[in-house]
Amino acid sequence: MKYLHLIWSNLTRKKLRTSLTLLSILVAFVLFGFLSAIKQALVGGVAMAGANRLVVRHKVSIIQLLPEAYKARMERIPGVDLVTHQTWFGGIYQDPKNFFMQNPVVPEEFLSMHPELVLAPEQKQAWLTTRTGAIVGRNTADRFHWKIGDKIPIQSSIWARANGSRTWEFDLVGIFDGRAKTDDTTPMFFRYDYFDEERRASFGRGLVGWYTLRVKNPAEAAEVARRVDQEFENSSAETKTEPEGAFVQAWAKQIGNIAFIVATILGAVFFTILLVTGNTMAQAVRERTGELGVLKAIGFTNGQVMGLVLAEACLLTVLGGLTGLGLAWAFIARGDPTGGLLPLFMFLPRDLAVGAGLTLALGVATGFFPARAAMRLRVADALRRM
Amino acid sequence: MTALVNWLSQIGAITKVGLMSLPQRRGAAASTVIGIAGVVAVLVGVLSIAAGFKAAMTASGSPDAAIVLRSGADSEMVSGLSREQTRLIADAPGVARTAKGPLSSAELFVIINLPKRSTGTDANVPLRGVEDAALLVRDQVKITEGRPFEMGKNEVIVGVGAAREFAGLQVGSTIKVGRYDWPVVGLFSAAGGVAESEIWTDAKVLQAAYNRGDSFQSVYARLESAGKFDAFKDALTTNPQLNVKVSRQSEYYEEHSRTLTTLITTLGVLIAALMAIGAVFGALNTMYSAVAARTREIATLRALGFGRGAVVVSLLLESLLLALVGGALGGGLAYAAFNNFHTSTMNWQSFSQVAFAFRVTPELLVRGVIWATVIGLIGGLLPAIRAARLPIAAALREL
Repeated sequence: MKYLHLIWSNLTRKKLRTSLTLLSILVAFVLFGFLSAIKQALVGGVAMAGANRLVVRHKVSIIQLLPEAYKARMERIPGVDLVTHQTWFGGIYQDPKNFFMQNPVVPEEFLSMHPELVLAPEQKQAWLTTRTGAIVGRNTADRFHWKIGDKIPIQSSIWARANGSRTWEFDLVGIFDGRAKTDDTTPMFFRYDYFDEERRASFGRGLVGWYTLRVKNPAEAAEVARRVDQEFENSSAETKTEPEGAFVQAWAKQIGNIAFIVATILGAVFFTILLVTGNTMAQAVRERTGELGVLKAIGFTNGQVMGLVLAEACLLTVLGGLTGLGLAWAFIARGDPTGGLLPLFMFLPRDLAVGAGLTLALGVATGFFPARAAMRLRVADALRRM
Repeated sequence: MTALVNWLSQIGAITKVGLMSLPQRRGAAASTVIGIAGVVAVLVGVLSIAAGFKAAMTASGSPDAAIVLRSGADSEMVSGLSREQTRLIADAPGVARTAKGPLSSAELFVIINLPKRSTGTDANVPLRGVEDAALLVRDQVKITEGRPFEMGKNEVIVGVGAAREFAGLQVGSTIKVGRYDWPVVGLFSAAGGVAESEIWTDAKVLQAAYNRGDSFQSVYARLESAGKFDAFKDALTTNPQLNVKVSRQSEYYEEHSRTLTTLITTLGVLIAALMAIGAVFGALNTMYSAVAARTREIATLRALGFGRGAVVVSLLLESLLLALVGGALGGGLAYAAFNNFHTSTMNWQSFSQVAFAFRVTPELLVRGVIWATVIGLIGGLLPAIRAARLPIAAALREL
């Protein structure tokens, strides 16, 4: 610590060079923040999945509907604690760009299945007593400036009403929050009983999209999944049951191998920055050969000289890196830049910690060779070059 | 005239000295080159994803082909048409005809789960029921292996893209949809278009398997010429028995590719722009140190009567040259790593997978080189100006 002043003076000797290097490191870590947030937005749903929840869907594909009558049969299967279902509504609010999910659910069992959605008790009560009632997540409510009591018209491209109209109107009775920051609060949920009575009888009445079920004992999940699929084997609608996490992960993988793409880009960025910074450090050490010789001549050990150079590199990367991470944090905190496509666009503390670790690693990597060169300097050679 | 020649020869002389001294600064020069190569590689690489996706989506639609959906439906998935409606559409004016009848195919579009080869997890693969005329409506469709499916049988043919991306789709294998087994009897190509990601069968057989009665989701029609589109559209939209939306196939698929293409392009440019800022700092660093190392040389030249302009231009040239080498390296790297890289992704409009290949197009490479040039110019300009402004006497005294 007592050498901090010396390290600092070395850094501020060539102010222009130091600030240019600092800025490129800063940029690299701003980019790191963005890419982490994008990755989180695309694959973050996996972390939300409950370990004790299974998703049951039609074996052929999720667009095939399942009979609502399956619910009673699933409830009788040993190990099953609670069963609820959702159906993809595919509605549009004013403009197709305003995308968010809306699904009909059975309120009581849905809320009990998803304790991560927090709804005020009086709002829950209002939902249970309002047939046309709907609840929406905080994110979407804020986005469209909705408040409780609003009437929300939604156009459905899939579901026509018995009277032929495709416009469904809902009364907003509640706004829910997520228990954790990473819980998605963009969807809207409305009542299945209203939906089922109101939809055209010839198209899908009595059919639902997929089931979510809770198992009594998470250790038994695989066994319960097998029992469910067995129950409906050889029926007209066979099922495929899997843990919620696997289901969500398969979705993310349908988009493409995001983690790999992000890692590749980050790799290219860091390699580039490593070169720029490494070059600066090497130059700085070369210029100071004589001084380093003097330091050694007045009694600094090889280790101390090496430490000085390494500390200088680390100070540079940590300073630039932390500023960059801070900037990224501030920008990402403003929310999803695409307006609804990426509801989970956020910079998690975990990724922030990884970034902070990387700043130090980058410092060691760029400082290592110049530091070793400095350590190996022979006093006589170094002084002769002055 | 002689002044110009003189000026040019001054630039030539300074540039030559600069380039000859590059080996002494090879660390710094290499870091500039590689920094710029990184920017260009990332820019071209990411944009090649968007270019490939868009190419796959738009290769499908020729301007003289039309697609008809239920009014209000933005994709086949949510559309619905009855048998009577599809007949009215086939008989509309403007539809090309052969001895066998109109070139129109009423189709069904559903999705089945098949494991993706690369991840082993389930993906939504489109399964399309088509009529006889489908291969004539889309004239680029060719059977590349095996034979076409027989009408009335549970047989399928598979697009080459789907066969490559998803497991179990070779000729001779069997897919299970519901309670039926469907043998794969052939593979087909479609000029790289979106149909290559699909599995095709007879629409009637698919209707039966999915309890769809006698309903369809879309009609694909070939018109007598691209100019007949408006007449065809007017005839359908003014027919009181129909309530449909008519689009050119090219526009329909262009529309479907827009969201994803825009998203990827925006992200790619944003990432590359941030990297470019970093690379500019790197280039500035290099050129500033180049100027610092050659302070005495430059001052000597100036004392000998070389002009300020010549100093600026020759330093810019040096920086530009490094940038262009970096740009070429980055473009070449992106081409080697990404061009024709096969993958598939989700098309959210049709809720199904599209197989495509990344495409590093000449336009993208040019774009990469332009970026490199701009980075090189910015990185060279400030140091060059500093060099030109050096007070000659003070700089010489540094000797």
